[in-house]
Amino acid sequence: MVELKINNQTVQAEEGKTILEVARENNIDIPTLCHYPDLHIHSECRVCVVEDNWGNLVTACSTTVRDGMEVKTNAPRVLESRRVVTELMLANHDTNCTMCEKNLQCELQRLASNLGIQENRFGSVWEKKEIDDHNPSVVRNPNRCVKCGRCIEVCKEVQGINVIDYMNRSHETSVEPTYGRYLSFEDCTFCGQCSSVCPVAAITEKDETDKVWEVLHDEKKHVIVQVAPAVRVSLGEEMGQEPGSIVTEQMVAALKKLGFDRVFDTDFTADLTIIEEGHELIERVKEGNALPMMTSCCPGWISYVEQNYPDLIDNLSTCKSPQQMFGALAKTYYAEKEGINPEDLFVVSMMPCTAKKFEAAREEMSVIGDDPDVDVVLTTRELGRMIRQMGIEFDRLDKTPFDNPFGITTGAAAIFGATGGVMEAALRTVSEVVNEKPLEKLDFETVRGMNGIKEAEIELGGNKVKVAVAHTLSQARKVAEDVRKGKSEYAFIEVMACPGGCIGGGGQPYGTTNATREERIRSTYQVDSEMEFRKSHENPAIDQLYKEYLEKPLGHRSHKLLHTHYIKRN
Amino acid sequence: MEKRILTARFGKIDPLSIDDYIKNGGYEALEAAVKMESDTIIDEIETAKLRGRGGAAFPTFIKLKALVGEKEKTRYIVCNADEGEPGNFKDRHLMENDPHQMIEGMIISAYTTKAKKGYIYIRGEYDHSIAVVREALAQAREKGYLGKNILGAGFDFDIEIRSGAGAYVCGEEFALIESIEGKSGRSRPKPPFPTTAGVFMKPTMLNNVETFANIPHILEMGGKAYAKIGTESSKGTKLISLSGNIANRGVFEVPFGVSVKDAIAKLGRGVADGRKLKMVQLSGASGPILPPEKIDVPIDFDHDIGAGAIIVMDERTDVVDILLRHAEFFEHESCGKCTPCREGNLHLVRLLRKVQAGSATADDLRVMENLADVMINVSLCGLGQSAPIPLATALDGFGDQIRDRLAQTETKENA
Repeated sequence: MVELKINNQTVQAEEGKTILEVARENNIDIPTLCHYPDLHIHSECRVCVVEDNWGNLVTACSTTVRDGMEVKTNAPRVLESRRVVTELMLANHDTNCTMCEKNLQCELQRLASNLGIQENRFGSVWEKKEIDDHNPSVVRNPNRCVKCGRCIEVCKEVQGINVIDYMNRSHETSVEPTYGRYLSFEDCTFCGQCSSVCPVAAITEKDETDKVWEVLHDEKKHVIVQVAPAVRVSLGEEMGQEPGSIVTEQMVAALKKLGFDRVFDTDFTADLTIIEEGHELIERVKEGNALPMMTSCCPGWISYVEQNYPDLIDNLSTCKSPQQMFGALAKTYYAEKEGINPEDLFVVSMMPCTAKKFEAAREEMSVIGDDPDVDVVLTTRELGRMIRQMGIEFDRLDKTPFDNPFGITTGAAAIFGATGGVMEAALRTVSEVVNEKPLEKLDFETVRGMNGIKEAEIELGGNKVKVAVAHTLSQARKVAEDVRKGKSEYAFIEVMACPGGCIGGGGQPYGTTNATREERIRSTYQVDSEMEFRKSHENPAIDQLYKEYLEKPLGHRSHKLLHTHYIKRN
Repeated sequence: MEKRILTARFGKIDPLSIDDYIKNGGYEALEAAVKMESDTIIDEIETAKLRGRGGAAFPTFIKLKALVGEKEKTRYIVCNADEGEPGNFKDRHLMENDPHQMIEGMIISAYTTKAKKGYIYIRGEYDHSIAVVREALAQAREKGYLGKNILGAGFDFDIEIRSGAGAYVCGEEFALIESIEGKSGRSRPKPPFPTTAGVFMKPTMLNNVETFANIPHILEMGGKAYAKIGTESSKGTKLISLSGNIANRGVFEVPFGVSVKDAIAKLGRGVADGRKLKMVQLSGASGPILPPEKIDVPIDFDHDIGAGAIIVMDERTDVVDILLRHAEFFEHESCGKCTPCREGNLHLVRLLRKVQAGSATADDLRVMENLADVMINVSLCGLGQSAPIPLATALDGFGDQIRDRLAQTETKENA
């Protein structure tokens, strides 16, 4: 322990901690911009400077505390330095703040406001640069970039992809793909992690709320919406509640208020995924074919395999993701059942994910004509934006249940949102189907939580079978490398591209950290534990769907509607 | 006035002949060193009070000690031969006239710290230096001064040459380290310092060419004798690069303590063509600009000598022109990593252009002064921290001349 003074207040601190950490522990805030929890410290923006007792201005994010240190976080010289640094950034920035996606959510704007900046002493040197919106998922707007490096770090270190990096130098420094090419020409998986850590609006999800407003007011359209498992534990946060708040029924109420004709649950097709994928696994294990089987729910992971491991395409489950199973069933089964012309049916998804926008736009994801099965995908952040635009007081909404037929779901589907959830749901079903006896314990705790790679072993028909779960693409690379080398000892591998799984997705509320991910994960398992049914094969509505329409798992109709194929890219 | 230790062999030996070097006492220090304990070598260097010659003047023995004390056993010895600071050309002379003393200093450092690998990072434009050093390394390897089991003393060490693509910032220690690693030259926050996490995040001792070249001489004459040369704060000799409007330009070796004024008058033989002295810039483009009345200062670590450049400018030079020229250089060379340097240098250029054009106001000058202060105190690395030094010092020494260039209209608006 060391003892130091911060603003004349004596505080004890653990050795090795930074001034920033210690200050915040003691309820003294120091403004930061490039710093982000869970990412490395680069000390690039220089906003967090404080004065030490030697009269030096040091960055609080990178300077460790020392015994006897005296730190001033708000000395006039400190404030003036922060102002100059911030004005310099603003002078090379598109400061048209009222016309910005990040207006009122922007960290630079908040910083300028807190510093009381009312005029910029430096003339603007900002020059308009081309915006890259040439992909379905994210928009890169260099005019807003402050070169903090968070996106580079998350892409390089967390995801291990590194499609964006610094280019050029001095004031011409930019953050972009090699030679400024469009993201769509790069190995970008559109996971959107960059957009979720960007402090400004330099990388954002592609906002498609206007398309949805338009159809919601088109009398001819029957507009339905599905909501992913991970959104119910994060939308509350977007609406100002505590991290991990469970807001399932308020969310349904809000969607009804927005004007959707029916509000459905992607959990339903998550259950369906388990039935199809579970049977696919059983068959592959039986035949020893293309093992280990790898999950296919995550579009970021799918793109990653298509780009980097095309030789492993056969290992991917052929099951569409729950979002796309929903879309396919909506445009066929649901349309038929309700007597709606599929052309008049508009399917919207609320997803924690920017890559889902790319997935919905894939050519294969169209069962009727050329129309996409899922017409528009919105992220949690866009849903929050629509709720705010509508002026809905979220906290005052009445609880409303999902509509049927896609409203009855299980706990197994609810946990799809957390890393390890798909695996656990699959194990619950596969084990009971194969062993023909009920599981003694439903909770597979070893596959839960934030560890990068997790393992479990189960007995299937007398054989021990090993499975693994990986999240983040840098961890995925490790398991994929083993599969490529024939060293993988697993029968089944779940991969989610984002840290923590979908609850930590690139379309989730700003400010997502590993701490908030933990909260969302906890809530996810709480939702599961409180469900009437906790195994996908016990979902009576799924049973009904097979009887009425699909006949049997992996059957002819399933094959046509619920399964897909993959393409080698680049 | 000159005292030739590092330059003693200049012109007397063929730099491409290791035999010449050996005949003139070369590698004797290394022969002696490998019979010494590591601590004894460090003690000698501590007694000699050797400080870094690249400009930061950091005590060399502390770096050696730090490396020895690290748990991590993979360690690197790196020689900074990037010499990008305008006005400095003494490392080039050292490498091209007597390359082995630098190499010998590195080998002794490696023996002392048990490092197995060294890099000499030579400025990309120094074609000839690279060729000479490459040949010197090959000859040293052939003679068994580099490679496996050096001098039968049971230690291995080898050196690789690296060079950049001309970026000035790569002379900054962490940018140089990043460049060695194959990345673009951009500094890192400190701590950790290179001695803890340098090349490939391993403990690294990084020194200037001249610092390494001093090490064999210290071991030869002994730390005590070496410490008798120079001043209290600055021991030994300093290679200075005299340039500009001066009669006799070149590299000279002087004991610390000789005054800048004397160096210019005696070694440089004064301002060329009988013109009047206008100003002197010490250290290089990033150093202080001094008026003639302030140059009677000793060449030592207390007086901003940096790596030893002394740039003389005569009465024909305009201080604003010089400041703008420097500012443009730094604006071009900033790596762009931290905000004050990336954005600040651009604004200094813009504001200085206004001063030059006679359209700047007193407000502009205040903004410029304030910006310079923030850049000096808040920038991540030495580049941003020192880029505004010429401006800050010129405002002190030539404030009136600069203020005379301001627009005359600004206070009349409200009249």
